[in-house]
Amino acid sequence: MKKTIDDNDVEHIASLAALELSDEEKQAHKKHLQKMLDTFEALDRFDVSDVPPTAHILSAVNVLRDDIVAPSYPVDALLENAPQSEDGAYVVPRVVE
Amino acid sequence: MEITNLTLCELSEKLESGELTSVQATEACLDRIKNTERLNNFVTVCDKLALDSAKKADEARARGAKGKLLGVPIAIKDNISTQGVRTTCASRFLSDYVPPYDATVVKKLKDAGAIVLGKTNMDEFAMGSTNENSAFGAVKNVRDENRVPGGSSGGSANCVAADQAFASLGSDTGGSIRQPASYCGVVGLKPTYSAVSRNGLVAFASSLDQIGVLSKSCDDALVMLEAIVGKDPFDSTSAEYVGKFGALDGNVDGITIGVADEFASCADKGVLQRANEAITALESMGAKIKRVSVKSFDAALAVYYVLSSAEASSNLARFDGVKYGNRAKDYKDVNELYKKSRTEFFGAEVKRRIMLGNYVLSSGYYDAYYLRASKLRTVIKREFDAILSECDCILSPTAPTVAPCFGEQSDPAKVYLSDIYTVPVNICGLPAVSVPFGTSDGLPVGVQLIGKAFGERSILNTGKALEKFAKEIR
Repeated sequence: MKKTIDDNDVEHIASLAALELSDEEKQAHKKHLQKMLDTFEALDRFDVSDVPPTAHILSAVNVLRDDIVAPSYPVDALLENAPQSEDGAYVVPRVVE
Repeated sequence: MEITNLTLCELSEKLESGELTSVQATEACLDRIKNTERLNNFVTVCDKLALDSAKKADEARARGAKGKLLGVPIAIKDNISTQGVRTTCASRFLSDYVPPYDATVVKKLKDAGAIVLGKTNMDEFAMGSTNENSAFGAVKNVRDENRVPGGSSGGSANCVAADQAFASLGSDTGGSIRQPASYCGVVGLKPTYSAVSRNGLVAFASSLDQIGVLSKSCDDALVMLEAIVGKDPFDSTSAEYVGKFGALDGNVDGITIGVADEFASCADKGVLQRANEAITALESMGAKIKRVSVKSFDAALAVYYVLSSAEASSNLARFDGVKYGNRAKDYKDVNELYKKSRTEFFGAEVKRRIMLGNYVLSSGYYDAYYLRASKLRTVIKREFDAILSECDCILSPTAPTVAPCFGEQSDPAKVYLSDIYTVPVNICGLPAVSVPFGTSDGLPVGVQLIGKAFGERSILNTGKALEKFAKEIR
């Protein structure tokens, strides 16, 4: 599937990726993405019509454990790495109006 | 005797006999690290912690404790969590992040008495093949300081090559242990997917990542492997290790080695010559060579970059400035918090992969790229499984060239080509080792041996045969 990347594509992907790009960066990304898509044409040269996809290389499915309560990590230890915390919670901007 | 010149096994023997103490070995490594600081192999050196652990190891030994890794100084790649010790993934995002827990492999090594010297430099979030994508500066290849050590486990490979550590842990998603091993002239082992727990490894591509070993010899790699394998309740993709252990003898009489027709066209002349010499050497020791064809070889790089970028874009979505890592200073609302933090703190290569990953997973393109690549993954796996049902291992060069010079390749897409021999291995979840075999233009060349699932001992044994041969011809 031959695809050409345009400026709208780059804007859209950047918003999905939660990244802010300068105009120069947008052009660089556009060029790079185009190069990558061109190399991805190799994917079309093989017949995969009757082939199932592989998500996980082994046969393990739904690995479960017994529902036994065990101690979790101490809250203080985890909050040590918080950019901002207060009263045992992470501080974030208001989300709900 | 220069302590740091010893192999891990040699040091282990001398620690057991009492000829050396762990404190002596650790001090020797720390001195060496300081004297060769310009190589920039370490993001964090744990001087005090290492010496404390070394003292404790010597005390434990005096009380009767034993073990091949007891008191042996090693290094750990900086994307593997170490409790209380900064773990940065060579990213500005995690420049001050201190994990509250040890990765399972770190816990296992500590339980075995190994000494953690420090955390090694790498390409940011394991994305890269030259270690130039580090927020903490590039690493200089000890063999030639104008050249890269490879990546993403550049620091891990180079610190072993530079005799700063007796072995190190790295991670390998598309060749990140094997390729730097090849460029630095050390042994680099990527185990079978699931053999080693990924708990505590900062995820890049969860279906491809494996923690593995950089060492001075195949014997050393086997000792390290034995310490880190095993099913882990904290990693539901990990499996019971069903491979064998036991001393290597380097006997390859009667084994069958597959060599693919497609491999020859990708490598430089000097690299190919060494690989062909390795084939001849193994034949002279009784191995049979079987010519095979990997028809899907052409597509493996594309499959790898689609799948790994897709998984990376998902795994790196957790870096949003909320719970850990650095947070941007000015933001109006939560969306700006995410955007500004990610924009400010991610490096350029990481951003490229996140963009690509989001694209191939996005609505309208998922089927053509991600789904198609996942199906091709099945095709590639079936092809390798078929070849390995008739061969004990497959041999190839590890990388198409020797270590390039800094800035030699300015086009990121071209840098990806250095992974051509290594990525099919991760796609298939198979084990592979890079073993140094000679030089080209004075720089190390690595030969890759790909094995059957849980066949690490077998490929290390073949690797040992190559080591013995290379020693004899020197």
